[in-house]
Amino acid sequence: MNLTVKVHPVVLFQIVDAYERRNADSMRVIGTLLGSVEKNVVEVTNCFCVPHKETDDQVEAEISYALDVYDLNRRVNASENIVGWWATGSEVTNHSSVIHEYYARECNNPIHLTLDTSLQGGKMGLKAYICVSLGVPKGVKGCMFTPIKVETICYEPEVIALKLAQKTVGTRNRQVEPMMDLAQIAEASEKLLGLLNQVLQYVEDVLNEKQQPDNAVGRALLDLIHSVPNMTHDQFATMFNSNVKDLLMVVTLSQLIKTQLALNERLTMLSTT
Amino acid sequence: MADSKITYVQCDGLAAMKIVKHCHEESQGNMEIAQGALLGLAEGNRLEITNCFPFPKSTDESVDEEEYQLQMMRRLRRVNVDHFHVGWYQSSDIGNFLSLTLLESQYHYQTSIEEAVVVVYDTQKSAGGFLTLKAYRLTPQAIQMYKDGDFTPDALRQLKIGYEKLFAEIPIHIKNSTLSNIMMLELKDMVQEEEGSHFLDLGTAGTLENHIRAMMDRVDELYQEASKFNKYQQTVMRQEQDKHRQLNRLAQENAARVAKGEQPLPEDDVLKQFRPLPVPPRLNPMIVSGQINTISQHINQFCSQSLAKLYLTQALQGAKEARGESK
Repeated sequence: MNLTVKVHPVVLFQIVDAYERRNADSMRVIGTLLGSVEKNVVEVTNCFCVPHKETDDQVEAEISYALDVYDLNRRVNASENIVGWWATGSEVTNHSSVIHEYYARECNNPIHLTLDTSLQGGKMGLKAYICVSLGVPKGVKGCMFTPIKVETICYEPEVIALKLAQKTVGTRNRQVEPMMDLAQIAEASEKLLGLLNQVLQYVEDVLNEKQQPDNAVGRALLDLIHSVPNMTHDQFATMFNSNVKDLLMVVTLSQLIKTQLALNERLTMLSTT
Repeated sequence: MADSKITYVQCDGLAAMKIVKHCHEESQGNMEIAQGALLGLAEGNRLEITNCFPFPKSTDESVDEEEYQLQMMRRLRRVNVDHFHVGWYQSSDIGNFLSLTLLESQYHYQTSIEEAVVVVYDTQKSAGGFLTLKAYRLTPQAIQMYKDGDFTPDALRQLKIGYEKLFAEIPIHIKNSTLSNIMMLELKDMVQEEEGSHFLDLGTAGTLENHIRAMMDRVDELYQEASKFNKYQQTVMRQEQDKHRQLNRLAQENAARVAKGEQPLPEDDVLKQFRPLPVPPRLNPMIVSGQINTISQHINQFCSQSLAKLYLTQALQGAKEARGESK
């Protein structure tokens, strides 16, 4: 039963947002997870919140609401199916098994995801469980929530969006603007520089015998050095110059087109019928 | 005309991520444009976008769009999501978002909701490594022009509108709540470092080709529009000349008739022969010019960053050679 759960960042954002918008009397929020299942991997791509009420001995969730929203979502994305449900909070409670039973009717082997928004232990823990039935045959069957591995997975544009959104972490007003291209390249090269410095530091330490050499790291370093293409000065100069020339020519042409556009506009304005 | 002073747009991380996910998934399947609604609230000069939801594809006729929107908004209100409709978003390809449909839709939105914006997400550029989310609003002149429905050059000149003044771009910020920040810190450990840095790739030819091809198509269109307009002008001139010739002949005839003592013929008959020709509308060429403008801006940006990357590699090569020589 080695299932792995791969979660997209969108899902986590949505859970946090639903928790922030919860009703004043609710302690936690629950909702449905949507995605697809393939062999041993469950990929969760979307989720939505389901209104529910919890008291000490009872739990009520609006089933019809959940079905409605799932239906609406199917109109947009027909490939997303119900794969489980999520809840905020740090642990699995008694009520969870009731809710889980309901979801077991909707899909095959639902997974249960918890995001610890109460920040116990100073971390917002992300955990996933599946329900394993246990008990003696011919006896009362019970089920136990077994933890399974959970990872994050992103589409490429999602990674980029996430990296931008993450920049709000350090700022005071939690805001950030999308960056200009050149600024991003500058930042990436600075990061590369930092990484290279770390590698250099490691090599120095090993040479000065401050640190034990590691064969795997050594092999990786060798790969790194070899991956820089080996070109003579002339070869490089030709490649560089031709590329620069191409780019400059394209820039000139596009500027020319822009001027022509402006001219065209003014001329049509001038002409009288 | 009352124009609510929206000076900037604040977008929640959640809404941005949802837009990215939806547009990316659509672009993977078929090349159709992904659209959706933006929800949030307007406060002073700031428009906040707190959530969004995608629209079903317009090719599916069995789906009633209005119905879908209403149902969706009602459901979201149950879970305390802002249900004030503040605009819509659309994916685009290499900046070709400016089209007649976009103008019309935004016009309808802005007339019914004062602060509506359209957020455009550029799929190609974002996949290449630069998240491109831009918010636009129609300028008051554009709204006036649309209301009049009159696209002749005279009307445009009066309104002082050109392809540059159709849309006003509004700066967009991304904002996250503190809890989201905590969540992202957790996420940072889980997402790998190398992903998302492939925009340092030197292979620029492919994207550049696409841009230039798109630009060529647009320029061809503009050329056709321009020749249409030129032909119109030539016919007008020829018409004027014919009219003058007829009038002169009439004047001569009249002079002859007056000499004979008869009534001069009225000019109206002649004038009636030459009806004014309809002026071709300038809306299409303006839109195409706007598109060409955005494409050329994109090309400029792209070339500048490619040049930067090339110079980086030159520095690297220089350093390598220096080491080689010093050994």
